[in-house]
Amino acid sequence: MAMQFYASPEQIMRDRSELARKGIARGRSAVVLSYEGGVLFVAENLSSTLHKVSEIYDRIGFAAVGRYNEFENLRRAGVRMADLNGLSYDRRDVTGLGLANAFAQTLGAIFTEQSKPFEVEICVAEVGATPDDDSLYRLTYDGSVNDEPGRMAMGGQAEAITGVLKNEHRPEMSLSEAVRAAMKALSSVGGEGGAARTIAANQLEVAVLDRRRVGRTFRRITGAALTALLDGEAGADAAPAPGRAKTPTVPTEEAKKPTTSAGSADLEGQPQEERPGE
Amino acid sequence: MFTNAGTSSFTAFLSKVAPEMLPGRRPLPPGMAADMAPHATTIVAIAASGGVVMAGDRRATMGNLIAQRDIEKVHPADAYSLVGIAGTAGIGIELMRLFQVELEHYEKIEGAMLSLDGKANRLASMIRGNLGAAMQGLAVIPLFAGFDLAAADPARAGRIFSFDVTGGPYEETGYDAIGSGSLFAKSALKKRFRAGLSIDDATRLAVEALYDAADDDTATGGPDLTRRIYPVVMTATAEGTHRLTDAETAAIAEGVVSRRMENPGG
Repeated sequence: MAMQFYASPEQIMRDRSELARKGIARGRSAVVLSYEGGVLFVAENLSSTLHKVSEIYDRIGFAAVGRYNEFENLRRAGVRMADLNGLSYDRRDVTGLGLANAFAQTLGAIFTEQSKPFEVEICVAEVGATPDDDSLYRLTYDGSVNDEPGRMAMGGQAEAITGVLKNEHRPEMSLSEAVRAAMKALSSVGGEGGAARTIAANQLEVAVLDRRRVGRTFRRITGAALTALLDGEAGADAAPAPGRAKTPTVPTEEAKKPTTSAGSADLEGQPQEERPGE
Repeated sequence: MFTNAGTSSFTAFLSKVAPEMLPGRRPLPPGMAADMAPHATTIVAIAASGGVVMAGDRRATMGNLIAQRDIEKVHPADAYSLVGIAGTAGIGIELMRLFQVELEHYEKIEGAMLSLDGKANRLASMIRGNLGAAMQGLAVIPLFAGFDLAAADPARAGRIFSFDVTGGPYEETGYDAIGSGSLFAKSALKKRFRAGLSIDDATRLAVEALYDAADDDTATGGPDLTRRIYPVVMTATAEGTHRLTDAETAAIAEGVVSRRMENPGG
């Protein structure tokens, strides 16, 4: 008869945390920050169709890093919950905090009950009337929730990116300034020997929750509009504002690789190293 | 219950987790119930060059009484389509809200909008689900119209779909009307409609057709000049859906009324 080895609960939790942290650290990063006109999401993503950033409800957005199938599952659950609550009560009664709590419950249950935790880190962002009213909730693989002060970074080397973001970010910055600050933060790591690198515009997934809109505030920024923002052209901020909530984006330039999954793409071609200090 | 793989359809999700929220799933006691709830009446839709116009009067009736003078029966279904409701007001409003969530839900889950035909088919199956209640007199009939983003010719992208209590959809050419005054509205449109109308002309024509419906049908409300209540008029074009402001519809309706002062038959 095979002997069952004893493993202490502490050891099991430590192993699961390590697995989740390693998985998340291998992925490409994402940043979320509030600016004068709303909340900006910028994620490094080689795919133009497998999104890391998406709409949950009128004033609530979702950003995630890690395994695509796992965070996609959470995103769908969030959309279902938001739509159900919005239909049963009123659209104003769907809040970011409610969703963040539901995600925390799900992630916490999976972390303690399943043999493998979700290797994801997610952000639930709700846009308010002013940058002070915005709320950004960071949820980690074990179900813990943090209320972030107007900016946050997730994914591989998140501390370094957060450091740059903290220096660059001001709540009253314009959209163009915010996009460039996010770009600077994301590209500050990952080059040769930990140096800065350049990220092409078609490798970024950019979306905003537009503070001034009524109804569905989420919109993606792609193609020429994104390039104009990155170049800091005058008037670029206002360019995509009119028009409708037009979620289906025309896929712009494809990244030059046959990616099939944002999650698996993240795990390929990246150094399989552990983050220091973990 | 939220994390199962499931479908992209919100009604399919509801039928699993909260079937009591679907209008067709409630057990109804036997007997006719036609006169117990207000009825919403006439809606017209006209295909124009580069889009479609939908307008509805503002009256809801209960038997021989006016239940509401300023009900709104024409709504955006999503960014490019419109839905108008005739029949039992309460169920109609519930179905319409559900349909709006259904379209938005699919768009968020899949990251792409349903095709215009797909939207019409979804609405048809939701109406079919209400068949039991319809047979007891609580029927709801929608009119659906939208701008077809996949149309080869943008000038002909405005499309209209009608339904019956057993579902549908039936695509209509040019124009259609539903509700108690639809007979008169359609007769008026038959004489005045021309293919390739501009959006502005179609808007005027829609208000005119509603005037004709109100002229001969007591359940349809005409422009209420004393209370300043005018028809709801919406358009769907390549720029999306748009509701005309009260001032714009007031100007159109007052124009129609002043012409009828000279010639009551239009």
